[in-house]
Amino acid sequence: MLTEFFQWLQDSQIATTIREDGSYFPWIESVHVLALTMVVGTIAIIDLRLLDLASRHRSVHRMVIEILPYSWTAFAVALVTGGTLFASNAVKYSENWPFRAKMLLLLLAGLNMALFHLVTGRGIKNWDPAVRSPIGARLAGGISLGLWVGVVACGRWIGFTMNPF
Amino acid sequence: MTSLHEFCEWLGATDVSVGIQTVNWIIPTVQTVHILCIALVISSAAMINLRLVGAVARDEPSAAIAQRYLPWIWYILPIMLITGTILVVGEPARSLENPAFQLKMLLLIGAISTMLIVQRQLRRDPLFWERSGRRRLAASGLAWMSIMLWVGIVFAGRWIAYLQTAAG
Repeated sequence: MLTEFFQWLQDSQIATTIREDGSYFPWIESVHVLALTMVVGTIAIIDLRLLDLASRHRSVHRMVIEILPYSWTAFAVALVTGGTLFASNAVKYSENWPFRAKMLLLLLAGLNMALFHLVTGRGIKNWDPAVRSPIGARLAGGISLGLWVGVVACGRWIGFTMNPF
Repeated sequence: MTSLHEFCEWLGATDVSVGIQTVNWIIPTVQTVHILCIALVISSAAMINLRLVGAVARDEPSAAIAQRYLPWIWYILPIMLITGTILVVGEPARSLENPAFQLKMLLLIGAISTMLIVQRQLRRDPLFWERSGRRRLAASGLAWMSIMLWVGIVFAGRWIAYLQTAAG
């Protein structure tokens, strides 16, 4: 069922064009890399703040407000470009283990973030910058940092375990 | 006369280079660290630049933002250079002779210089870039230049992989 969907995806006009005319792939991939460095970098800045390792003069709340919109914008770009690259060879990517691991780690990073926003970070506005972040917040920051390192590593490994052409 | 090509051949034949080439997890691992470093540097630079153009944290002076993010850039750049050097030693011809790599190094010099100019003026006077309309305009100009340079660095970096065949 899923394989049929991937097959249909890679038979689409746009996927076929990217696969057959090699000149599109590097450009889309470059935008993908640029977007993902912004996603990982901006999230790491917030994670390091949650861990009290950086930016301690600025409240977590303020940092989340001013940085997260950029993370989400970059994530949207990474998602669209990544989805396009995936479509160009959907069946092969879906069978590639680093790709699968990357998707799993992304899912976990999303869950970790949702948990933080819905539970741990509920009182975020009232957190005192002079006091250490609550243990739940530090945990969320550490887990996030680890997961994103994993996402980048798996992403890089895709390139070494499968050739898109 | 020793040419760049001969140097690459010599470097590629050294034990260290052969070691990096044969142990197949080294390159992807070093590349992963390299990309993570770029992520932190580019995002830190982006925060400073976005403040200079007035897009974030306008309740804080530029100097405060620079003080928060510049140390990360200066501490992480050496790790970036070390991991980059390991990749060059592992694949000298693929990188040194590659026009994308050469362009990347030029853009990097530009990006570092731009950051140094911003930092230098802020050290002299924390309000330097906010003192007049003309200064604010200059700060915006530098910030946009910095953003473009970093975007160029990432693009050129990714293109090293695609221009390698052309460079031999």
